[in-house]
Amino acid sequence: MFWNAVILALREIRRNVLRSFLTILGIVIGVAAVIVMVTLGDGATAQVTQQIASLGSNLLMVTPGKRMGPGQNVGAAPFTVEDAESLRRDIPQLAAVAPMASKSMSAIYGNANWSTQIAGSSNSYFEVRNWKTRTGRLFSDSELRSGAAICVIGGTVRSKLFGNQDPIGANIRLQNISCQVVGLLESKGQSTMGSDQDDVIIIPLRTFQRRIAGNQDVNIIQVSVRDGVSTARIQQDIERLLRERRHLSASDENNFNVMDMKEITAMLTSTTKIMTALLSAVGAVSLLVGGIGIMNIMLVSVTERTREIGIRLAIGAFEREVLMQFLVEAAVLSSFGGLVGITLALLSSVLLASLLKVPFIFNAPIVAVAFLFSGAVGLVFGYFPARKAAQLDPIEALRYE
Amino acid sequence: MAETTETDHVPLINLRSVTKTYGRGTAAMQALRGVDIAIEAGEFIAVMGPSGSGKSTCMNILGCLDTPTSGNYLFKGVEVGALSRDQRALLRRQYLGFVFQGFNLLNRTTALENVELPLMYRGDPLRTRHQLARTALDAVGLTGWEGHTPGELSGGQQQRVAIARAIVTRPALLFADEPTGSLDSSRSREIMEILTTLNREQGITIVMVTHEADMARYASRTIHFRDGLVVPEHETDHKGGH
Ligand SMILES: Nc1ncnc2c1ncn2[C@@H]1O[C@H](COP(=O)(O)OP(=O)(O)OP(=O)(O)O)[C@@H](O)[C@H]1O
Ligand SMILES: [Mg+2]
Repeated sequence: MFWNAVILALREIRRNVLRSFLTILGIVIGVAAVIVMVTLGDGATAQVTQQIASLGSNLLMVTPGKRMGPGQNVGAAPFTVEDAESLRRDIPQLAAVAPMASKSMSAIYGNANWSTQIAGSSNSYFEVRNWKTRTGRLFSDSELRSGAAICVIGGTVRSKLFGNQDPIGANIRLQNISCQVVGLLESKGQSTMGSDQDDVIIIPLRTFQRRIAGNQDVNIIQVSVRDGVSTARIQQDIERLLRERRHLSASDENNFNVMDMKEITAMLTSTTKIMTALLSAVGAVSLLVGGIGIMNIMLVSVTERTREIGIRLAIGAFEREVLMQFLVEAAVLSSFGGLVGITLALLSSVLLASLLKVPFIFNAPIVAVAFLFSGAVGLVFGYFPARKAAQLDPIEALRYE
Repeated sequence: MAETTETDHVPLINLRSVTKTYGRGTAAMQALRGVDIAIEAGEFIAVMGPSGSGKSTCMNILGCLDTPTSGNYLFKGVEVGALSRDQRALLRRQYLGFVFQGFNLLNRTTALENVELPLMYRGDPLRTRHQLARTALDAVGLTGWEGHTPGELSGGQQQRVAIARAIVTRPALLFADEPTGSLDSSRSREIMEILTTLNREQGITIVMVTHEADMARYASRTIHFRDGLVVPEHETDHKGGH
């Protein structure tokens, strides 16, 4: 009975290829939208995770403020260079400690003007981030101590200000200071949430504090933990030390955060997740609309085929057999929409992933769910028309013209 | 089937003061107004009467497609009015064949598939279906036309497909509502030959509605309708008897 219904359904679809195609368009778009969004979302998340992992799983970021991410000083005092000093002195398991302060501003060289991120830090920064120079050098101890007007630039800043010229030894203007380029960093490429890691100028922290910020603030301390040491343990040590230095009593909450890679990843991918969820919701609505489209066409089809239904019933078909026929037809139709949608989604995901430079990740569960869901949409929205067909009076149906 | 009628006094079909009213209130229309009919297995009945006299209405009731408004319909002694829709469908499947007024074949469906339809609902496997459907098409002289759709067949051929579909399940009872209504006289005679052969050789009981006295002559008995009533036999001068 079931297979007969499937055969009848396929025959009916073959007879009305164009109409069938238009009927399933809503389902196709819905399924495709959901799968594309989830696939690209997965890709973006994987990329973020991978880039963060490339920083090293031994990295910890210490930021002032409560709970929220870096740069959000929710009523909490910034750190000082002394905080970073004491971390390095008192926690021997730390490989490097890089205090840092930063600000966006314009860098000018000749006629070229480029708005970028200026960060003040020490050589430890390059160590923590595992970053090397391509040409030139890093800072010397005396330059760091005296706050010399020198800088190390990223690949993007170089190409914007210097084109293909050699930047080493040139002087660029940052606000009111003239700053000599001593090093060019290796390219790290496009990154985390689409920001360009190479779009940066690093100067000694003291230079930054004295001549740009005009204060002693440290906005973030990045530390790397020695190999083979548990980051969780160190996280606790850092917290204990900083609570003491910031004079927090036992009842006070931390007014700073020590985040490891997992937490940073979660924070950075949360936006991607929200986007994915929103767009998937759009896809779900489209599936609903697709279902209503199927119901509409099935109702038209039942009316058109009243005579056929009359003949079937008169010949001895049971109500449930006619119900089954139309239900299966709707389900086959919508599953077919699901299959077309899946094919379309996978093709466009591959294409979009390569355009957006995120990895293509095949998410089998979501494809399976989308397929089953499209079939279910057919069953749900096909039920009403199918019942209408099954309950026709055979005599009335035969007289129908 | 003939031997059961000898010993069994229950007629195959028994209508007792059957009425049928369409609509209700002032729009009510009484199509049958107390019909009594008994038909024995093996008979070939012609049903005649003016248009609107209730022939098709009566056929629908006899064919278990519809139920009487009042009165009783006993099929093989079973009260049809008390059966559910599905039970009546089962009855139609097992015992009845229909040749509807105006063919009623499925469009864009081959002759073979049309004839297979009742077998599909009976649950026959595909091979049996093909075999029986071919045999039925042979019986109505349509060998070689299996793959043609109704649109590619003449009126006479379509009617023969309809007959093949009605007899493919080897029903005990065949209903034909004006099977020759749209055919010329030589085509009509071919159809009547087929029905007569089925009645004589396969023992299928036939109830046929017709407007033409020529066609009624093939039958063993004629029932006349007028204004929703059966005209008593003595009032119909030259017809009937067996
Ligand atoms: N479904 C229906 N609803 C309302 N009235 C109906 C219905 N079917 C039949 N009738 C009426 O019942 C009466 C008998 O109709 P029926 O079809 O039985 O006539 P008939 O003898 O078969 O006529 P014909 O020779 O034209 O086929 C007619 O007046 C018809 O209008
Ligand atoms: Mg009629």
